[in-house]
Amino acid sequence: MPPPDTSTTRALLRLVRWARPALPRVVAGGSATLVASLIALSVPQVLRGVVNGPLLTDGSRVAVVQAALLVLLLGVLEAVLVWARRALIATPGTGVERTMRTDLFRHLLDLPVASHDRWSGGQLLQRSMGDLHTVRRWMVFGLVQLVVSSTTVLVGGVLMIVTSPLLGVVYLLGAVPVIWLGFRFRQHYKVVARRARDQAGDLATSVEESVHGIRVLKAFGRGDDALEDFVRQADELRGTELDKARAQSRMSFALAWIPETTLAVALGLGVWLAATDRASVGALVAFFATAAVMTRPVESLGMLLAMTLDARAGTDRFLEVMDAVPALADPERPVALPLAPSAGTRVELRDVRFAHRPGSREVLRGVDLVLEPGETLALVGLTGSGKTTLLQLVPRLYDVTGGAVLVDGVDVRDVTRHDLRGAVAVAFEDPILFSASVRDNVLMGVPAEQVATLSEADREEVVRTALDVARAGFVHRLPRGVDTVIGEEGLSLSGGQRQRVALARAIAGRPRVLVLDDPLSALDVATEAEVTAGLRRVLATTTTLVVAHRTSTVALADRVAVLEDGRVTGVGRHADLLATHAHYRYVLTAECGDDDPPPPGDPRLPLAEEVRR
Amino acid sequence: MSATTAPGAATPAPGGPARDEHEDVAPAEVRRRSLGLLGTLLRPVARRATLTALVVVVAQLALVAGPALVAVGIDRGIPALRAGDSGPLLLVAGGYALTALVAGTFTAATVRMAATVSQTVLLELRRRVFRHTQRLSLEFHERYTSGRIISRQTSDLEALRELLDGGVTTLAASGLAMTFTAVGLTLLDWRSGLVLLVAVVPGVVLTRWFQMRSQAQYRRSRTAAARVIVRFVETMTGIRAVQAFRRERQVAEVYAEESEEYRAANAEAIRVNGVFDTGLVLIGNVTVAGVLLVGGLRVLDGALDVGVLVAAVLYARRFFAPLAQIGMFYNSFQSATAALEKLSGLLAQEPTVPDPVRPVRLPEPRGDVRFDGVEFGYADGPTVLPHLDLHVPAGQTVALVGETGAGKSTVAKLLARFYDPRSGAVRLDGVDLRDADPGDLRTAMVMVTQEAYLFSGSVAANIALGRPSATRQEIEQAARAVGVHDLLASLPDGYDTDVDTRGVRLSAGQRQLVSFARAFLADPAVLVLDEATSSLDIPGEQLVQEGLRTLLTGRTAVVIAHRLSTVMHADRVLVVDDGRVVEDGSPQELVAAGGRFATLHTQWQESLRST
Repeated sequence: MPPPDTSTTRALLRLVRWARPALPRVVAGGSATLVASLIALSVPQVLRGVVNGPLLTDGSRVAVVQAALLVLLLGVLEAVLVWARRALIATPGTGVERTMRTDLFRHLLDLPVASHDRWSGGQLLQRSMGDLHTVRRWMVFGLVQLVVSSTTVLVGGVLMIVTSPLLGVVYLLGAVPVIWLGFRFRQHYKVVARRARDQAGDLATSVEESVHGIRVLKAFGRGDDALEDFVRQADELRGTELDKARAQSRMSFALAWIPETTLAVALGLGVWLAATDRASVGALVAFFATAAVMTRPVESLGMLLAMTLDARAGTDRFLEVMDAVPALADPERPVALPLAPSAGTRVELRDVRFAHRPGSREVLRGVDLVLEPGETLALVGLTGSGKTTLLQLVPRLYDVTGGAVLVDGVDVRDVTRHDLRGAVAVAFEDPILFSASVRDNVLMGVPAEQVATLSEADREEVVRTALDVARAGFVHRLPRGVDTVIGEEGLSLSGGQRQRVALARAIAGRPRVLVLDDPLSALDVATEAEVTAGLRRVLATTTTLVVAHRTSTVALADRVAVLEDGRVTGVGRHADLLATHAHYRYVLTAECGDDDPPPPGDPRLPLAEEVRR
Repeated sequence: MSATTAPGAATPAPGGPARDEHEDVAPAEVRRRSLGLLGTLLRPVARRATLTALVVVVAQLALVAGPALVAVGIDRGIPALRAGDSGPLLLVAGGYALTALVAGTFTAATVRMAATVSQTVLLELRRRVFRHTQRLSLEFHERYTSGRIISRQTSDLEALRELLDGGVTTLAASGLAMTFTAVGLTLLDWRSGLVLLVAVVPGVVLTRWFQMRSQAQYRRSRTAAARVIVRFVETMTGIRAVQAFRRERQVAEVYAEESEEYRAANAEAIRVNGVFDTGLVLIGNVTVAGVLLVGGLRVLDGALDVGVLVAAVLYARRFFAPLAQIGMFYNSFQSATAALEKLSGLLAQEPTVPDPVRPVRLPEPRGDVRFDGVEFGYADGPTVLPHLDLHVPAGQTVALVGETGAGKSTVAKLLARFYDPRSGAVRLDGVDLRDADPGDLRTAMVMVTQEAYLFSGSVAANIALGRPSATRQEIEQAARAVGVHDLLASLPDGYDTDVDTRGVRLSAGQRQLVSFARAFLADPAVLVLDEATSSLDIPGEQLVQEGLRTLLTGRTAVVIAHRLSTVMHADRVLVVDDGRVVEDGSPQELVAAGGRFATLHTQWQESLRST
């Protein structure tokens, strides 16, 4: 999705926002480089002085020594300036890169979960690493070099004209086709550079998925297919990179051939001028010495132009993410959540509507629901009926597209997300744990401000109680007890174990509102019953919304709401709904009108019979 | 497996990213290994690389010829022309035009050829790393973290690319240019050549210093980059939890610290490189002044032509011009070596579940499963299964029941050969899984786990993972069988709908159904289901079970489920406790026997009746 065709300059100018602190040093460093190149250019002039002066005329030894000393002095000065350039630009350049990287990261943390779907993991990673690396390299090297090379070429051109107007004009004539070719090169390269960066991002995504999905790939023995896909993708990237190289190669041909050809003409012409005394030998020497100095800068222009366009692609990709406005920002004048009423917090959903994207099918189509203070409400519905979506609206992980969610009478969009999420705790069905000790994972459920005020012993108590309620006794049998590091960088826990730690985390902070997404799905019946009992005790004053797939989870709730087709079609007590609500009965028993569990070998479910045949 | 960063952790986790793959290998060995890798990568492109170098040589020759031609033009062309002979002039100018054409053509060819070499090597390395990580066992993956594998495949490869893109040709070009220039200068005037030789000594000293310093910095930089990537990947994978638990600030702080470390490592590497560069420029410039001084004085003595002096000084300047390039090459070489150390470290990892040397084919698997005296524990951890003997005859459906952590999943993973036992053997149709042909084994046996991972791409493609050759009709049949067809057909683009990144838009239950359809399509002789239905609602589960009824006919199945509704349909139930089978029999028998299973059964019945 390349942006509208803004000019490369304008696209890159937007980097000033991040480069500003380094700007004075970049300018100073650029000037140092410029002066260094001018010095390099001035050496031929000194040479001319020596040739035309002492060597061809008066033969003064002192003058020769002086000239050599002058060259030495200029040489030392050049070295100092080269160093200054490094010190001035390169180091702050890394600072700019870091700032951009952390800004991108912060921005992504601020973007709502839904916005993350727009980019795959690898694309985001590539933007944060590869793209920013390209931008930094361009900023500290490409940009400066581009300025220096262009200036060198310009000054060199002027010097050539001054030294010998006729030869200078011959040389400059070569610039016309070069500029035209450069323009064409830019048009083409811009497109492929962007494509290459996008493909690199896709490749990173493939790597990420192949690692995250390793169990699936192994279980089905699909490693070779994944490899094939990956190699095909990598080969596409290779193709694009070669396309880039071909474009660059054409450009470097033009930049090497055309100026040198004009020099061949100039050589013939120059010698003729000198022979006919229309120009001095010194001037001729100086002209070609200048040309020699210019060879590399001219040659490098193609590479620098390519670098610039690569950086532009990287910048565009970075800015695309940065430009994504958080659809779900904090209000300008946030309201504070009212203090928790003693009876508990009231949560209300008013005509709530939700669609994942504007114009797409509404997942929730006008949900009205009230959770009275301290009440536990179970949400029951078929897979895909929008239960999980509804839950995420309360801590504002998603925003309603219509209607409102109110916590103690305050619209959740009027408080800061920080305050809201301090009051509302969540346990996901797919428990996400952090790479940290069990203790730290559980304590994450407690607001940081609060943790700071707790004594060591209190903290241990909070952790123990929470783990207790969640029946996570297994923790104490881990190698280092609650200090055992879990998560991706630590010990792998089973699904049921992770669910229990996540549950402990959700309840550790005694939140005002608790949102549980089928939190016991991976637990066995006995454990589930124990956890349920514990939760009932803890949840006495916590207003709880729990997604339930099973009667045993419904047992947690005071009331049940049935979500059907994006609407609440029934609210009431379990027994009543079971008796009156056909859909409810279907969801919880998959049958109509019969609540009895199938006895062993029940002929209505003849699976075992069939298999035994 | 979603996990993310350690927001509260003051110290890095033990066994965290600080631990590196070459921690216990001697530095010299690491360097040898990484250069060895570079060698094997370059060998197939050796001819092309040599050709590239040759092309570079010609391009450089053409460029070097320039000043010589100018010198000839001035020294010979002018007097000749004055004498009325335009021959030498035309010859020189024509020669110059020719070199211009050669220089242009060959420079252009260099760019293209260098890119071909570089991209060929990168493709091969990408392929190797990908294939190798796929072959490595789960044990490795659980330890290494996905972020570091990604960092190997992205930023480390990028570092190598910088070397390959410019490096090799730069080295050839610059090195040869310097050699040619030196030779040219020596031929022109050997005394001036001698001055150059003197300058080489400080250059070598400087290079040695740079090598030592930059190597340390680049290693630091590679490690830091990996950390930044690990943090990024984990955070973005777990973004929902980060936001829900308001960890944004803490996570951002940790990330900022790690980015700063990466920055500092880079800045230091750049600083060292700056000193190196500056030193090279200085050496060069002093030498040029020396050539001018010595040559100038000799011209005054009449021992040297002015033209020769001009050429000598131009040569001297040219000699040192590529030095900056060589400095750049050496810099990227150091950086690439550090990356190669990491990459070769990853490639040196041996799979703990290796492919058999002489694979035994399983052309028509029956599905007879045996555990013979199996002992197992994860890595060097405690024993999980002390001694398991188990025979599952072909066609039987076995349910494993027991508390979390009892070892049920371990049995499933051993059966699917995610791990190998410490002693004893797991056999399929009498063949030790360690000897079985890996391809045949995966066709014969499929495992469906609780975490239903979906890959980006269409729903159809995700199901087709079960059997890539399946037609659309077969895919839909599989979906129908597990009762997910209506849902999938109702998606915006039906079966062609892209599952959103990270699979967020399909619910956990729906994802499990899709992964079930995969297994259905795979049609294996042995099916291992590890909590594969945990997120399904009851109607969904029933649909799946009806599908299973068809699927499991004539098949062996090992089912782990905490829901007794699933378990009750098995032919046989094994109650596992602490790595041992404590009850074994049909569900009815066990209920009647009044053991642990009977208790579970009673609890389950009560839970269904409650409220």
